[in-house]
Amino acid sequence: MKLGVLFSGGKDSVYSTYLARKEGHEIACLISIFSENKESYMFHTPNIKMVKIQSEVMDIPLIIGESKGEKEKELKDLENAIHEAKNKYKIEGILTGAIKSVYQASRIQEICSKLELECFNPLWQKDEFDYLNELLENNFKVIVVGVFAYPLDEKWLFREINEGFIKDILKLNKKYKIHPAGEGGEYETFVVSCPLYKRGLKIIDKKIVKEGENSFRGELFIE
Amino acid sequence: MILIISLCKEKLHELEFVKPIEKIVGKNYFVKNYKEVGKADLEKAEKVIIPGTSLKDFEYLDNLDQFSWIKDFSKPVLGICAGSQIIHLIFSGKLVNDVEMGFVNSTFGNFLGIKKGEHKVYALHNKSAYSDEFDVYAESNPLHSYHATKHCKKEIYGVLFHSEVLNPELIENFVNL
Repeated sequence: MKLGVLFSGGKDSVYSTYLARKEGHEIACLISIFSENKESYMFHTPNIKMVKIQSEVMDIPLIIGESKGEKEKELKDLENAIHEAKNKYKIEGILTGAIKSVYQASRIQEICSKLELECFNPLWQKDEFDYLNELLENNFKVIVVGVFAYPLDEKWLFREINEGFIKDILKLNKKYKIHPAGEGGEYETFVVSCPLYKRGLKIIDKKIVKEGENSFRGELFIE
Repeated sequence: MILIISLCKEKLHELEFVKPIEKIVGKNYFVKNYKEVGKADLEKAEKVIIPGTSLKDFEYLDNLDQFSWIKDFSKPVLGICAGSQIIHLIFSGKLVNDVEMGFVNSTFGNFLGIKKGEHKVYALHNKSAYSDEFDVYAESNPLHSYHATKHCKKEIYGVLFHSEVLNPELIENFVNL
């Protein structure tokens, strides 16, 4: 089936793309929303401009939607971007990286229903630790590019998801209920390399931006 | 051994609709697509779970003859969402358009360990079916759909909501019947 991916550049949307490809689906385009609201309910924002580079290295065209990030209105912005993907690339379905968020998943289902598109959520209800381990098994190099919940701090920025990371996040999950895969927006990620990329990405510089007491973003400069 | 019958036309959808059920059942189960279920599978199964599928996947409605075994099956069956539609249709139920998406309030009587009272459930359907041979144990509040039903004589249960997302204990209790 010809699919469009709701794509943030983080591990969930990239891994969903990988799973869909593995099942023989054609990824016709990536759909990314650039939201002005960094606390958007619907869209992950860190390093979203990096999706342009990811689109190049995966050789998959990119559709960019823009949103002021106002709750509910941003759903219309998403619908418009999906509609554009349907018209331009004749997609028959949408692929998402939703794991637990009923808010996100049910709203995307509503949009797909309205536009008569299939909706695939291959990570839905997945065990978070199994998922993180699968990323390692499948050669995904993923780093943290945003932390937004205590006790995560700037020391977690740019950490790679590896066995040490999984052990540490398990401790925080037990003590502070941090969602191990960051689905609650506790942390966000960027995929540096994976089997979908035709070439590796090289990080040439990085910068830490403090946005609030427990909120840090990592800016990457990549070629 | 629990037989989990996949309704999914697309294999990729099984990660979303079948895998979460497997996780809850835990062990002693086997999965078959509904087109591949044979007599030996039904004999081997102690219980059967029929999970849902995607909102646009209605292929099972064109293949209801593949489920005619349900009528004479003497072991417990649990149908979830599209699975619930199937068990009602097999008992001469009527299919209607019925849209619910997201969290919905439901008023329960005692049903598979879910106690009497108001409960939040996760719904994702655009059709439902109901047969007079079933008793109603839960309905959406305000009344919109019958959410939980049981055949009046057999151990055949139907839930229109996705209990694998919210209320997984319902599936655990069915497995432990």
